[in-house]
Amino acid sequence: MSNTTQKKTLSKEQILSAVIVLVFYVAVFIAEQTIPSTSMLFTVLKKGATYALVAVSMNLLNGFTGIFSLGQAGFMLIGAYVYAIFTIPLAQRASVYQYYNGGIVQTTLPVFIAMILAGLVAAFFAFLIGLPVLRLKSDYLAVATLGFAEIIRAVFQWDKIGPLTNGSNMLRLFPTFNDFNIRNASGEVTIYLSTLVPLLISGVCIALIVLLINSTFGRALRAIKDDEIAAEAMGIRLSSHKQLAFCISSFFTGVGGAMLAMYQTTVQAKSFTTAMTYEILLIVVIGGIGSVTGSCISSFLFVACSEWWLRFLDQKHMIGNFEVPLLRNGFRLVVFSVIIMIVVLFFRQGIMGTRELPDLFRKRPTDRKKGRGIKA
Amino acid sequence: MWNTVFPYLLSGISVGGQYALIAIGYTMVYGILRLINFAHGDVFMVAGILMVYISASGLPLFISIPLVLLLTSLLGYLIERIAYKPLRQAPRMSVMISAIGVSYTLQNLVLYITGGLNQLYPTIPWISGSVTIGSATTKVVTVFTPFLTIALVVGLVQLINHTKIGMAMRAVSKDFETSQLMGININRVISVTFVIGSFLAGVGSLLYFSNYTTVIQTSGAMPGLKAFVAAVFGGIGSIPGAVIGAFIIGIAENIIKGLDIILFRAGLIAKPLGLATFSDAFTFALLIIILAVKPTGLFGEKTTDKV
Amino acid sequence: MKKLLLAVLCLALLIPACVLADGTVKIGVFEPASGDSGAGGKQEILGMQYANKECPTVEIGGQTYNVELVYADNGSSTDKAPSAAQQLVSSGVSVVLGSYGSGVSIAGSKYFEEAKIPAIGATCTNPQVTAGNSHYFRICFLDPFQGTVMATYAYKELGAKVAYVLAELGNDYDVGLAHYFQETFEALGGQVISDTFPTGTSDFTSYLTNAAMYSADVFFCPVSIAYSTQIIEQAAGQNVTFPILGGDTLDSNVVVNAARGKNVNITISTFYQEGANPTFEEGFKAWLNSDSEALTNNGGNDMISAVSVMGYDAYYTAIEALKAAGSTEGAAVMAALPSVTLNGVSGQITFDATGDAVRNSAFIKSVDTTTGDWKFIAEQTVD
Repeated sequence: MSNTTQKKTLSKEQILSAVIVLVFYVAVFIAEQTIPSTSMLFTVLKKGATYALVAVSMNLLNGFTGIFSLGQAGFMLIGAYVYAIFTIPLAQRASVYQYYNGGIVQTTLPVFIAMILAGLVAAFFAFLIGLPVLRLKSDYLAVATLGFAEIIRAVFQWDKIGPLTNGSNMLRLFPTFNDFNIRNASGEVTIYLSTLVPLLISGVCIALIVLLINSTFGRALRAIKDDEIAAEAMGIRLSSHKQLAFCISSFFTGVGGAMLAMYQTTVQAKSFTTAMTYEILLIVVIGGIGSVTGSCISSFLFVACSEWWLRFLDQKHMIGNFEVPLLRNGFRLVVFSVIIMIVVLFFRQGIMGTRELPDLFRKRPTDRKKGRGIKA
Repeated sequence: MWNTVFPYLLSGISVGGQYALIAIGYTMVYGILRLINFAHGDVFMVAGILMVYISASGLPLFISIPLVLLLTSLLGYLIERIAYKPLRQAPRMSVMISAIGVSYTLQNLVLYITGGLNQLYPTIPWISGSVTIGSATTKVVTVFTPFLTIALVVGLVQLINHTKIGMAMRAVSKDFETSQLMGININRVISVTFVIGSFLAGVGSLLYFSNYTTVIQTSGAMPGLKAFVAAVFGGIGSIPGAVIGAFIIGIAENIIKGLDIILFRAGLIAKPLGLATFSDAFTFALLIIILAVKPTGLFGEKTTDKV
Repeated sequence: MKKLLLAVLCLALLIPACVLADGTVKIGVFEPASGDSGAGGKQEILGMQYANKECPTVEIGGQTYNVELVYADNGSSTDKAPSAAQQLVSSGVSVVLGSYGSGVSIAGSKYFEEAKIPAIGATCTNPQVTAGNSHYFRICFLDPFQGTVMATYAYKELGAKVAYVLAELGNDYDVGLAHYFQETFEALGGQVISDTFPTGTSDFTSYLTNAAMYSADVFFCPVSIAYSTQIIEQAAGQNVTFPILGGDTLDSNVVVNAARGKNVNITISTFYQEGANPTFEEGFKAWLNSDSEALTNNGGNDMISAVSVMGYDAYYTAIEALKAAGSTEGAAVMAALPSVTLNGVSGQITFDATGDAVRNSAFIKSVDTTTGDWKFIAEQTVD
């Protein structure tokens, strides 16, 4: 909590970090124009951007405030649904809401406004659920939020609110990441932006979270995490701080849900299960609880491993006449879970511990707990 | 009216008994380690898979059933040794994450072994047969479950109250450090707890899967969560509480599945509302309500620092 | 760690998108191999594999190409479908077959559309799969048709007045079929009570009790194989009196095995009746019995599921399309598909304007619980 002495000017390390981030974005832009758009690389970047945002928002709660929430899937579901409901073109509604006469929502919002609305609705639900739940401690809170996500999932599937949510059926035909591509009159893509834009959205949101973490409010949150009683004695109002952190985290989780909808091109309540929350949690753990950079890096690694690099483990391979043993459907996930267990048991710090990108360039690890974080 | 409600009640009591056997594992582990063992539901599922494979190998039932129970207990023991013991000094959150990791690993391992396909659970003679009681026809296992559950619980309570290891368990759950100072072998007590919990989950899985005969890697997740809710509902750390909580949840969820027709027959609603959708969600709503109103559950000890 | 990461990222950028080897054309198999529909998906793949064995090469534009099947497991779930679809797209397939299950087909659809790769659905019966797009085709009948067939059969042949319909929440196949069944059944003058259950349910006793309470005459459950076996098992345990009706998903030896020796009446509608094409059946069974893995994937015996036949026909439809296109380009195949016709094992296949096969007959059969075989009941046509 010695951050009060922090200088207003940017340090060398921070400038270096900013340059790295910039280079990353430029590289993505160039790659997108040159590599065929069907490459798995872009899939990984798009999904990674989505997961990074959700993981960082989860980290804001788990790593920086000490609230162990497992409701992520529920808030993502809300975000995804709000986005989808308000962006399906009017002409398509009859076909999407085929069992409900086109549904009751008959307005279409611009994509970015719908995304913000997605976040706001998620934050509103967080506010409601936060009232009873945030009084609970660690594991009880975890289970209560997890239960909340399950309740949300059931409610959204209820046939009686079908005109709004399309019941348990899929929502589809809303704008997706590929609609960010710029096309000419004949429909040919002239500039590919379908990967860069999601990365930018996610980057901006994460930057906002980083600014928040480094503000007075963020320091108060860390004080709460370190010692609630001491923090209260320092004059920090526990309940309002926790409530606000919970709502902010849920806002960004909701935006992440909207991004997931755009990535998946369809939305269905059924798929927002506890397993999804666990995946996000494992990303946060692998990246390092309390490191924004770590969450970002591990999101991309996690997605790349599960969608791309480890895929070969699921297929049979022949070396000459010898069939490599063990390789068949599902082996990827076994290897994956073993890696995760090893990280959980032996590398509890994760990839980054509590360090951030600028910390990597400092000559010697300082004993400062947190540097000024920056998005990766 | 009674004839309408009775079949749901019967299903509920049966599934409640099965949840109870799982819930005991949660409540005992929590009582001693203050850990929500998220992997417990998956231990229950693995017991089901073991039974599928062992009986497919052609062993007779009087060998395969004890073997399944033995292996399940061993699994519980190993999970504790490998995934929880190294983290004994770590923050509680780390252990819980480790539990989630174990759950993820077990599910993926079973996915790999079974190829992700539903496995048909073997038929156990006698308990898989049908029986008619009043307005309901059901499997024998449905009727048999609550009695076996209660017998096992009574046995367990005797063990905890009247044996040396039981006394040690009570001591450890009261005060971890002090009991260590008193010369209690903590690790042994914890291991025994896990073995008992897994054993009961194994028995629960025999009953559960005899009733609902397919096993897949995700079969343990929902029953596990519900059993956990039951444990919290009854007051975590309390064995009778867990059992009563489990019966309440089992009955409530089955009544909800039939609530449309019950309300319809009672003349309260004119047409079905599709309330069956909420059969799972209700359990969690109950959880949030109980945590908000009486965080220690129905029979929980009144300590302030736990919740 | 940072350097390692950078190195990895650079490496990732360098991996080129797949280059097609000369003389090989890839056909994507977009099917569930795990999850609730895994058993059915595997049987559908068997048909494709057998067809591939029978016809491993194709002549495209005067050159002979080897046909390679590329598999992607969509895990029976709409959230895993996108990455499976992208996996196929990135491996450079010319045409995609599948999927078993309408929901996953819809979920993967957009990725194929954007990559200009046509898809041929073998057994996805929901109208939404092909509606409003030009890249998805289908060789089987549709849910409105199937729902009508079953509702008519239940009302007219079985004399049912009250039907209990059970569907899985969020499964487009179930919900669609249940919807069209209800529409027809009510139009005929019957009464329908519908219920839904959440994914992962294993306790169906209360739903069966519900049906009995409403004194239903039939129990229509067009659900995945995984759930149907449980329903059959529990229905037998409760000694239910009503017949259980289902859609094409229940046409599987897994269902027959579950019903064998039990006192239940199971009647379903399907695409194909065993015995219609003895040459194909002989060859297929011989292949199954010679390949232990195929036999396991078929549920342990050599009974032919209709979905395997449909998979087989889908493969040949794709081959015909490749021939007609004279190119391995997805766009060319897509352009050639509407005019492709095939005299398949399951019947004549021609596409209409939406890309659906023109079909007007379905087979109704039921389980003979003593012998453990399917019993042919009727061939139902609707105009």
